[in-house]
Amino acid sequence: MTGVRLYVPADAAARALGADAVASALAAGFGAAATITRTGSRGMFWLEPMVEVDTPAGRIAYGPVAASDVAGLIAAGLAQGGAHPLRLGPPGAIGFLRDQTRLVFARCGEEDPLSLDAYRARGGLAGLARAVSLGPAATIKEVLDSGLRGRGGAGFPTGIKWRSVAEAAPAPITPSPRYGQGMKFIVCNADEGDSGTFADRMLMEGDPFALIEGMAIAALATGATQGFVYTRSEYPQAIATFDAALAIARKAGLLGADCAGAGRAFDITQRIGAGAYVCGEETALLESLEGRRGQVRAKPPLPAHRGLFGAPTVVNNVITLASVPFILSEGAGAYQGLGHGRSRGTMPIQLAGNIRHGGLYETAFGPSLGTLVQDIGGGTATGRAIRAVQVGGPLGAYFPPALFDTPFDYEAFAARDGLIGHGGVVVFDDSVDMAEQARFAMEFCAEESCGKCTPCRIGSTRGKEVVEKIIAGERVEQNIALLRDLCDTLKFGSLCALGGFIPYPVLSALTHFPEDFTLTSTPGARAARRAA
Amino acid sequence: MYPPFDAEEARALIAAHADQPGAALPILHALQARFGAVPAAAIPLIAEALNLTRAEIHGIVSFYHDFRSLPPGRHRLRLCRAEACQAMGGARLAQAAQRLLGIGWHETTADGRITLEPVFCLGLCAVAPAALLDDAPLGRLDAAKLETALEAAP
Ligand SMILES: Cc1cc2nc3c(=O)[nH]c(=O)nc-3n(C[C@H](O)[C@H](O)[C@H](O)COP(=O)(O)O)c2cc1C
Ligand code: SF4
Ligand code: FES
Repeated sequence: MTGVRLYVPADAAARALGADAVASALAAGFGAAATITRTGSRGMFWLEPMVEVDTPAGRIAYGPVAASDVAGLIAAGLAQGGAHPLRLGPPGAIGFLRDQTRLVFARCGEEDPLSLDAYRARGGLAGLARAVSLGPAATIKEVLDSGLRGRGGAGFPTGIKWRSVAEAAPAPITPSPRYGQGMKFIVCNADEGDSGTFADRMLMEGDPFALIEGMAIAALATGATQGFVYTRSEYPQAIATFDAALAIARKAGLLGADCAGAGRAFDITQRIGAGAYVCGEETALLESLEGRRGQVRAKPPLPAHRGLFGAPTVVNNVITLASVPFILSEGAGAYQGLGHGRSRGTMPIQLAGNIRHGGLYETAFGPSLGTLVQDIGGGTATGRAIRAVQVGGPLGAYFPPALFDTPFDYEAFAARDGLIGHGGVVVFDDSVDMAEQARFAMEFCAEESCGKCTPCRIGSTRGKEVVEKIIAGERVEQNIALLRDLCDTLKFGSLCALGGFIPYPVLSALTHFPEDFTLTSTPGARAARRAA
Repeated sequence: MYPPFDAEEARALIAAHADQPGAALPILHALQARFGAVPAAAIPLIAEALNLTRAEIHGIVSFYHDFRSLPPGRHRLRLCRAEACQAMGGARLAQAAQRLLGIGWHETTADGRITLEPVFCLGLCAVAPAALLDDAPLGRLDAAKLETALEAAP
């Protein structure tokens, strides 16, 4: 083909910045002379919409491109990779991308996410093929040896979970004739409720076959025959792309009666959540899939023993499952050799909030929080000083710059009363009011509590009121003591991590930013500080 | 616009989803996609199809933030209120949106054009503050950009 080949992301965040208008302007400008492929995003959102063009010297990127830039770009010789103020050069040479270790996101942003041929051409399905030839026991051993831990937040070793399900007997499921003969399930948690996180979304929009491949490997390894992906309703585009990918995979024989030619049945159904944060908790998610209120179940029994409809079930996060194809194709050692301490392999860290270079940064565990937000993230978007960084979603702690030496690693964050969760890093500048952030945490917990335990259901509402009193300057010392007490009750009296971890953001705000909670810190004083 | 609730059509929709295990959410989503809401009149129909009590179905519907009892306006604006958007002035944007539309959360403008809904994260946290107008993502919003986007939604 001789025409111009252009690539424009169709990732939701790129579209939120006008990528569709850019694609239309390019289509109008080039007419039949160019083919435009809509891709996922490479995850450098300050450069989106980022347009790429094939040249004899490889891809050349331009960004951030507005629709109004297109005529000028074409005149400057975009088709040949010509000079222009927006020209970024080869995408892989951009520091942010060059310095990553992209294993899970290696393909994301390069090609049409729904082209199975492109997926194969870039190493896709090699892991599944190796899993088929290794057989279940050796596949599980690879996952165990890789050191992969759950990327949904809890960091549980994935291989151990898979082994439990592999060893469990399939359970007959009475209510459905479909499931008569004994079942095991693979459930993918795509609820991605943590604010500041978007890795699951980007992968499902940008490289959905990687998730399908990971689930198929999990199924063959554990003997599961049905998979479910539970995707949050706030992700309409991920839902649509993933459904389209499922249809293509079925047609290609990747899913169905003879999964990947392994002689075993496996299919996947996508189900849509309904706006409940707690349904990201694995047992609440299973309740929701079973058609009930998303209330947390007591453990044991573990889902691996009695999960969906009472059958042995693997519940894994999107990124956990999408990490597996690499581990199988390149071997456990290639993955295990990366990382820090007991956190092995790579983590797609999501840099968000008030940050100059926001985006997805996949790297081996270990860079310090300061490196991530200052060197890689470039500081705040507003140009003001960083005051606080919340890591790990709404249940994660707020870190002050004094703790920026904390390495990105499960244990290192836990040792500082924090968590890495799903890898979301949300930066706040010095205009943030940390008492308000503590109030919000309690309000969020009250709003999203499943209602099963009293401390979480009642205590969070009470906690919100107490923070409001502190903010109003009412009996501040006594109320701070009461807030600490409430946090203790929540921490020790909650069945799941929603109530159990909400003390992290609250207490970290209180501990590291006490000046926002004291009498001298009336709303007026805080407003004055913000204005300064 | 959504058609008025029709029991016959609702029954058919319910039946189309009822045979899958754990059918409640797929049924509720299908009804809401068709009628814009899950009205009270749908509850007994679902209860009957799933062999559950009305109270149980009501309990399920009311647990999930997504399900409405009344249809929304012609467009839904889902504005993110979570932390990454807060860090980029999300609270100010929310106030501006309410002022611009003259409504509060979960309300619909008098002309039936826009329903304003709070949402906690859209996965657009690196282009905050963010929103979805119907299913179209909007990023790095400020009051002016929001107004322009809303003007384009008749
Ligand atoms: C309140 C709450 C919300 C959660 N939300 C999510 C989520 O959105 N996505 C996710 O993968 N895990 C979430 N988790 C963790 C899951 O319970 C579970 O640990 C995870 O899905 C297991 O998969 P993994 O081992 O691959 O991480 C949440 C946990 C809690 C307590
Ligand atoms: S801590 Fe809260 S969300 Fe978790 S089980 Fe208890 S009430 Fe439900
Ligand atoms: S926090 Fe607003 S989109 Fe994620």
